[in-house]
Formats: sequence, structure tokens, C-alpha cells
Amino acid sequence: MVENRPWLTALAHLVLIAGVVVVAFPVYVALIASTRGAFDFMSGVVPLLPGPHAAENYLTMLNSGISTSGAPPLAPMMLNSLVMALVIASGKIAISILSAFAIVYFRFPFRQAAFWMIFVTLMLPVEVRILPTFKVVADLGMLNSYAGLTVPLIASATATFLFRQFFLTVPDELMEAARVDGAGPMKFFRDILLPLSRTNMAALFVILFIYGWNQYLWPLLVTTDTGYYTIVMGIKRMADVADAYPQWNVVMAAAVLAMLPPVVVVVAMQKLFVKGLVETEK
Amino acid sequence: MQTKRTVFPNRVLPYALLLPQLAVTAVFFFWPAGQAVWQSFLREDAFGFRTTFVGLENYARLLADPTYLNALSVTAVFATSTAALSLLLALVLAVAVDRLVKTAGVYTTLLLWPYAVAPAVAGILWWFLFNPTIGLLPYLMDMVGYRWNHSLNKTDAMILVILAASWKQVSYNFLFFLAGLQSIPASLREAAAIDGAGPVKRFFTITLPLLSPTSFFLLVVNIVYAMFDTFPIIDATTEGGPAQSTNVLVYKVYVDGFVGLNLGSSAAQSVVLMAVVIALTVIQFRFVERRVAY
Repeated sequence: MVENRPWLTALAHLVLIAGVVVVAFPVYVALIASTRGAFDFMSGVVPLLPGPHAAENYLTMLNSGISTSGAPPLAPMMLNSLVMALVIASGKIAISILSAFAIVYFRFPFRQAAFWMIFVTLMLPVEVRILPTFKVVADLGMLNSYAGLTVPLIASATATFLFRQFFLTVPDELMEAARVDGAGPMKFFRDILLPLSRTNMAALFVILFIYGWNQYLWPLLVTTDTGYYTIVMGIKRMADVADAYPQWNVVMAAAVLAMLPPVVVVVAMQKLFVKGLVETEK
Repeated sequence: MQTKRTVFPNRVLPYALLLPQLAVTAVFFFWPAGQAVWQSFLREDAFGFRTTFVGLENYARLLADPTYLNALSVTAVFATSTAALSLLLALVLAVAVDRLVKTAGVYTTLLLWPYAVAPAVAGILWWFLFNPTIGLLPYLMDMVGYRWNHSLNKTDAMILVILAASWKQVSYNFLFFLAGLQSIPASLREAAAIDGAGPVKRFFTITLPLLSPTSFFLLVVNIVYAMFDTFPIIDATTEGGPAQSTNVLVYKVYVDGFVGLNLGSSAAQSVVLMAVVIALTVIQFRFVERRVAY
């Protein structure tokens, strides 16, 4: 830093510690609540120290769920979330890398139009055109299926743009050399472009995995069969009932389980995630 | 539009490569969006037997509908408060981390992870903290004489959703502010320091102006986030209540369409929202493209 001002550094630490505490506090309370017995909340305020029921609560939720409210067990719901997140992330990467390749490396009629068609869908969230989209999916007979959960969310303008930006920075000489050596476009794509894009793909994968895992409204609409419930949408059904039966301990166990996989992915892949995020949006 | 100096001479292949993306886009974006526009000109009777073309009547009704006007103002309050709160907190945290060299990585990790928490889960966490009977925060507030109850009090409900939405967004803004801060050349600040400018003066005359592109970008992103991506927070906690006080535009589209089955009105609301998103996206894209060209 420019000059030595210990009190400013101390202030910075203080601010950050306060920030970390505030950010972590709701999760801490949820963790504590999830280790408590069902009747620990009857007597008033939420306790701040862990109780002895952690294993019991988590195992009950994973294996049988809240039977009184008809909520399915968490383990299959988490599996559905995982399938949904993986299919969305890999699907989005696959179709957008292909279309970015087409837009950057070819010149063809309607190229501009195709680009704009993709551009318009940028950030147009499903919530906005929810009713007609639901109707299309229903008409196609895709309700209560993994296809219905994933395919409508797979088109992604942001991923296309990220790959487009990246391809534009790849030196032209690489492609010229490949052509001189007699490689066709698909061979160039497979042997040169794909390996070069590995980091971008991994970074994007982290972001899209979280996007897919955290979907809420869409699974809420297209699944009526409990076998296709995802955990993030399933939580709401449990919490709704929690007003009548104060089973906060197990609802919080579910909340902790629902946030665990994406948080682990983000923390473990922090470098890639940050790179992907900053590059996607800028 | 940018392209390569030389390109592959192939007439069919590019279309084949574009096909999957364009097919999904056409079926799940353009077709429903078109349906929404068409539906917004129709009125369906209560039993769904007859639909009549009513022109702009649905839009006219919207503008005369007090619950819609209420949703507009609720959205404005919610979006600006969420954006302001999360931007401000993120900026303070980013400036603090930027000052520390050795421990910066640890703090970054500790502040980063709420990005990964689903909005619905964030809503549930804060809802639990603020639960009027057993929640911790109402207990504390009770000691200073405030009776918190977000299921009855409109302001309390609004504060609850703003806090949950901001909590989730802070880490995102923090990352971008930090990236922005770290791209400011140290020599600028050093020169100012040699000229005798203190840390506060340096922040307001050098750091903040140089951060303004990042801030503007984040402002647009945050408004979009607060307007559209916070649906799960609202649905998992207040469900728009009490008395419409947290019924934001996106939530109203859903309630009117799926619960109220008022298709014409829901479609008209969708169209209005689509126009808003497209406008915000164009502003952002224009801006980003221009800045890239600097």
C-alpha cells in the first residue's frame, strides 16, 4: 500500500470480520437448528448452541422426509437436482460452443440475424414468459420428465457470448495453419479450438451448475409427480407446512443440504468460478 | 460485427452448428414470447369457452388496475433498496479487502459463497431468523420495544425480502468491485499520496470515479436481479403479502396467470416485463461493447 497506516488496516480487518459474521450468521443459525430436537423451538427463542440430534435429523430427512406433509425424502430430490444441474450445464456448454464457432469462423447469409436471435434471449428469464412457456412444454408432453426440467432452460445467450469473445482472441494464424495442413472445420474445432477452450468451459460449468441446481420456479411448475421434485423447490413445500407443525429442525436440515453442493463447488473451484463470472458478464 | 480475417468456406455446416441453439431458442423463447404477445390482445371468458380479440384493452385495464400500480411501486422500492444496499455493502467490503494483501484471499473465500445459495433457500434462512414466535431477531428487537411481525406488518415484510435478496447479491457485487479496484494502477494512488491526498480524499477523487464503469454495470445487473431473479425469495417467504405489500411485478405475472387464471392480463404483464428486460439488456450491452473498445 501507499503508506503505512496501521489503524486503516485494522479498520479493514474489523469491517471484513463484521462482514463475514453477518454473511455467515443465517447459515450458522440454520446449522444449529438442524441439530436440535423437534420440541426445542416450543419454548421461545431459537437456541444458539448445537444440540444432539444432528445425525438423526439428517438421516430422517435423507431417507424418509417429512411423512406428515407428504414431502418426499431428500436423497432422491438431491439426485434429481444433480441430474438437472449436470444436464443444463453440459447442454448449455455444448450448444453454445457450437453456435459461437459457427458465428465466428464462417461467413454465411443470415449470420447477423442468427446472432441477434441469440442476443435477444440474453437475460430474458423464464419467469417473465412463464405461462406460455409452460403451455408449450405441456403441449409437447414434457411435464414430469427430465427433458421438461432441463431442455427449456438450455438455450443460453451468455455462454454463446463468452465463447464468441474467447474465439475472437484466438490468433488467426492457428486456423490458417490448420487449413494449410488440410484440416477441415470440424477437425480444427476438435483438435485445436476445444482443447484451447478447456478453462473457459470449466469456469462456465461451475456457474451453470449453480444456475441449474438453484432453479426454483421452473421445477415447481413442470413437476407434479414427487419422483421429479428437486430439493430447492421441495423445501418450500416443507416450510409451508412448518407453520402448522413446528418442524424447523428438519426444514433447516433440508436447507443446509440444499445449499451444500453448490457452495462446495464454488469454494472448491473458486479460481475458475471467478474467472468465468467476471468474463461472462463483462 | 467482428469476424476472422479468413473463414472456412462452407455453406451448410454453419447452419448445422447453429441448429441446436436456434431450435431450443425458437421453441422455448420465441414461440412462447409470441404467444404472450398474441394472448395479451385476447380476453377469455371465465370458463375458457370463448376468446375474443380485445385489442389493447388488457393493457388499458392494467394501467387502471390499482393492484398493478401497487406492484409497480412495490417493485421500484424493492429493486432500488436491494440494489443500493447490496452495492454499498459490497463496495465497503471490496475496499477493505483491496487494502489487505496477505489475508485478502481468505476473506474473499469467506465472502464469496452466498453466491451459490439458491434464492429460495436464502429466503427460508432469513424467514427463519425473523420468525415472529421463535426467530432470533424479533427476540432482540422486542428488547428495544419493537414488535416485529412480517406476516402482519407491511414494512417488516418488505425489509425481510430486501435483506434476503441483498444478502445473496453482496458476494456477486463484491467480486466485481474487487476486480475493478485491482485494475486501478497503483501509481495513480501513489502519486496522489505523494501530493498529500489522504486515504479518504484519494477514495473519492480517484478510486470512485475510476470504478464508475463497474458501478454502472453492477447497477443494471442488480436491478435486473432484483426485478426478476428474486421470485423464489418472495414465493418461499411472504407470497406477496401481507396485503400485496411484497407483490412485485414478476410475482404478479405468476399469480394472475397460474392462480387467478386471468390469461389476458398475465400475458399483457409478461409483455411489459419483456420490454423492460430487453431495454435494460440493450443499455447494458451497448455500454459494455463501448467500454471494451476503449
